[in-house]
Parts: sequence; structure tokens; C-alpha cells
Amino acid sequence: MSSAAYDAGPEPVRITVNVNGETRTATVEPRLLLSDFLRHELALTGTHVGCEHGVCGACSIRIDGEIARSCTTFAVQADGCEVRTVEALAQDGHLHPIQEAFRANHGLQCGFCTPGFLMTTEALLAENPDPTDEEIREYLSGNICRCTGYVGIVAAVKDAAKRLQGGTA
Amino acid sequence: MKPAAFTYVRADSAEEALAALASNGDDAKLLAGGQSLIPMMNLRLAQPEVLVDIGRARDLEGIVRDGGLRIGATTRQAALLASADTLAHAPLIAHAMRYVSHPAIRSRGTVGGTLAHADPAAELPAVMVALDATMTVRGPAGTRKVPASDFFVTHLTTAMEEGEMLSEVHVPPPVAGDVRDVFLEVARRHGDYALVAVATRLVLDPSGNVAHARIVVSGVGDVPVRATEAEQRLVGERLDDEVIAVEAGRLAAAPLSPPADVHASSRYRQDVTAVLVRRALVAAGKEQS
Ligand SMILES: Cc1cc2nc3c(=O)[nH]c(=O)nc-3n(C[C@H](O)[C@H](O)[C@H](O)COP(=O)(O)OP(=O)(O)OC[C@H]3O[C@@H](n4cnc5c(N)ncnc54)[C@H](O)[C@@H]3O)c2cc1C
Repeated sequence: MSSAAYDAGPEPVRITVNVNGETRTATVEPRLLLSDFLRHELALTGTHVGCEHGVCGACSIRIDGEIARSCTTFAVQADGCEVRTVEALAQDGHLHPIQEAFRANHGLQCGFCTPGFLMTTEALLAENPDPTDEEIREYLSGNICRCTGYVGIVAAVKDAAKRLQGGTA
Repeated sequence: MKPAAFTYVRADSAEEALAALASNGDDAKLLAGGQSLIPMMNLRLAQPEVLVDIGRARDLEGIVRDGGLRIGATTRQAALLASADTLAHAPLIAHAMRYVSHPAIRSRGTVGGTLAHADPAAELPAVMVALDATMTVRGPAGTRKVPASDFFVTHLTTAMEEGEMLSEVHVPPPVAGDVRDVFLEVARRHGDYALVAVATRLVLDPSGNVAHARIVVSGVGDVPVRATEAEQRLVGERLDDEVIAVEAGRLAAAPLSPPADVHASSRYRQDVTAVLVRRALVAAGKEQS
């Protein structure tokens, strides 16, 4: 146990996380969720918190490129990782093509679930630039939207795929 | 803060993890992907005093071919799904992994975590029983091998003792012949735990008769349930006869008394078992390998 990289006791642990391209260092309690770290410590409140047990997908972010739940990840587990949140999408006041596509296709209403959908869509299109409707529905199955009925969201993802392939990114 | 406070220990190898477990006794729990444990901690259904994080223990991670497959406990579920070796050497695993939760959960959730967690509605435990896999369990008294059929003891309980950990699961090469693997599931939404799931491995002899049959059902008992009567009925039969498939479905469902909950009645789960077993056998009969 003495050889473990961290043996911190109940006291806080020092972590370094690259968030949206910026290196952030903090001393956190081990029980601090990554979602709360982003929202409360870094004031990145674009990541929304819904069910807090992994079911709803509102808090989805990317860790080292992979889609993940920030509410079922401790901030200490992200030490040394690259975290990407919805705040990274828009650049210089211009919406990201995925955001444009969601706006154009009624892929959102109240907007609560939208950050999770946007990040999940970004991860999907990175893996599979031209997904079928079925592939979209399967990939997004872990994200819940109570407003749209999903039809607009699936259309938005298809449109986003086109926009990204068309080089508008 | 949602979870209760705990001490965090990062273990970068199996040795470190075992040492941390030994020095902390029953106050300590392993943290792998956290995709079952952290939800339980957020709800304060679990309040471990010490968490030993094996998420970066490289010596516990990876998929190795050795005739069969050796899968390290901290191998991510997403990696297992993406592996060409899985599809080539244990297609049943590849078929089933699509049903194990969602991409955002599979990216962190581990193979060892889902087996150790032993949810009776999980997919991989049934698959490992169907494939006659063997668990490698390491602990203070050394290493022991536990067949999958003995590993799952009851709801959320395995044969592992305090201080032990699952280090690897070994999937043996299939019995010689024409291997037909099928996995089917009914769930409320894609990626949810199964209401009922059926994992079947059939091996046909050169004349097309069933030489080996394993049928294992998830979601209908405290552990994955083997449909031994249905398996025995199939041996020596040809799969192109749907009458046999219907009969095997009935034999698989009859002995069950599945749990009832808000999602489905016991009777519904029993009926779905009969239907899924039949469909799996029909699909296995059509599959060209
Ligand atoms: C929304 C959602 C949907 C899900 N849907 C499904 C589904 O459809 N099917 C399914 O099967 N699962 C599902 N899961 C669970 C998911 O697959 C988990 O990842 C998995 O059950 C646990 O793996 P983990 O690596 O995250 O383990 P953890 O959560 O880290 O650990 C789980 C338990 O196992 C113990 N443990 C972990 N690794 C070891 C080891 N090597 N040796 C001994 N003990 C160990 C831990 O101490 C803990 O008690 C879902 C989860 C969520 C949040």
C-alpha cells in the first residue's frame, strides 16, 4: 500500500485535469463528483446534473475523447485526463455545427438535456461520421429528453453529420 | 456532496490493490469503472470507508488470445465490444456487449466490474456461464480458479471472499464443430438491464446435428439460469426443425419462477423466456458460418 501512487487518507487529493484545453489544478475531496467539480469548482455550469445515478445522460462529457458520465465519475479519477465539456463547442461567439444543427432541426425545447446530447453526438460523429437512424438511436439511447420525442434530435444528428462532412466545421 | 466521505487509494497494479485491501479489511471496496458503485454511493446505498481504485492497473487490463480468450478484469466494456478478437473467438460476447448499457457507461465500466457486481439481469454473467468461462480470483491466500457456474452465488453476491479480487476471466476455445452463438434480449429501452436475455451457444457436428448446447437466461432468477432440460433435448437434433425450438423454449421456461417488479410480471418474464429461446434456436439454425 505504501507504494500506491496516492494514499491520501480522508484528506483532499491534489489533481490536475486538462479541461477544454486549459490545465486546471485543484485540491479536492475524493468524494467530489466530476460533475460537481466542473460546476462548482470551475464554474462550468453548461454540464447539467439530472438524475445523478448515470441514467439520464444530461451530465455527459468526454474524458480522453470518450463519452462518459460526469455524475458517475469522481474528480480524482480524472486526474491526468483531458476533459471536454459543452463550453468547448462554440468558438468566438459562433455556434458549433452540431449546435447549429440542433437549433435548425428542433433538436431541443427546454434545453436541460441538450449539453449531454451535444457531447454524445460529438462523440458519435467522431467514431462514425455518417451514422444511420438506427445507429443514432442506439448511441443516444442513454440520453433522456422529455420534450422533443427524439424525432428532431435524430434529424439534428443527421444534419450535423452533413454539416461536419461538408467542411463547415 | 452526495456520497459519504471515503479515503482514496489509487492502486496501479494488482499487487498494490491486494495490499490495500488487506490493510483495510472490510472497510475497503474496489473501484473499477464506478458505473455501478458510484450510483450506489450517490444514493448512499453504499458507504465504503476506503476506495481502492484499480481503474489504471495496467496489469489487470487487456485481451489476450491463447486458443480461447483471457480478458483482464479492468478491460473496459467498450474495448471488449470493439475487439476483433472477441468477434472472431467468442462471438457470443460481441453479440451481447451491444446490450450492456450505453456508450457513455461502457467507456468506463469494466468487464470485471460487471461480473463482480453480479446483477442477475446483467448480460455478461449469463454469457460467461454459457461459454464455460473460468474466473481467476486472487486474494491473501493466493490465486484460485472458479468456474463461472459456481462464481455467481445469488443477487449481487459472488464466490469471492473478503480481500479477494477478480483478476481475469478465461474463455476456453469452443468445442470443435460449427459454432452458432446467439444473444437476444428484451428490455424497456436499448441499453437497460434485461427484463429477460438469452445467451445460447450451440455447436453442430459435421452432419448438422447439435453436439453441444448451452442456453443461459438472465433476469429470471438470483443468478444466470442454465436451461439444462432444453439443452439436453437439443443434443442430437437438427436446428432446422422449428418444432424442436418451440419445445426447447417451453422446457427452458417451465421450471422458472422469475421475479416480478414494476417493469414486468413473473409470468411475462417466463413467457418471454420461451419466446426468446425459440427465436435464438431458429436464428442459430439459419446462421451460416
Ligand atoms: C444507466 C446505466 C445502465 C446500465 N445498464 C447495464 C446493462 O444493461 N447491463 C449491465 O450488465 N450493466 C449495466 N450497467 C452497469 C455497468 O455495466 C457497470 O459498469 C458494471 O456493472 C460495473 O462495472 P464497473 O467497472 O463500473 O464496476 P464498479 O462500479 O467500479 O464496481 C462494481 C462492484 O464490483 C466490485 N468490483 C469491481 N471490480 C472488481 C474486481 N476486479 N474484483 C472484485 N470486485 C470488483 C466493486 O467493489 C463494486 O462492488 C448500467 C449502469 C448504468 C449507470
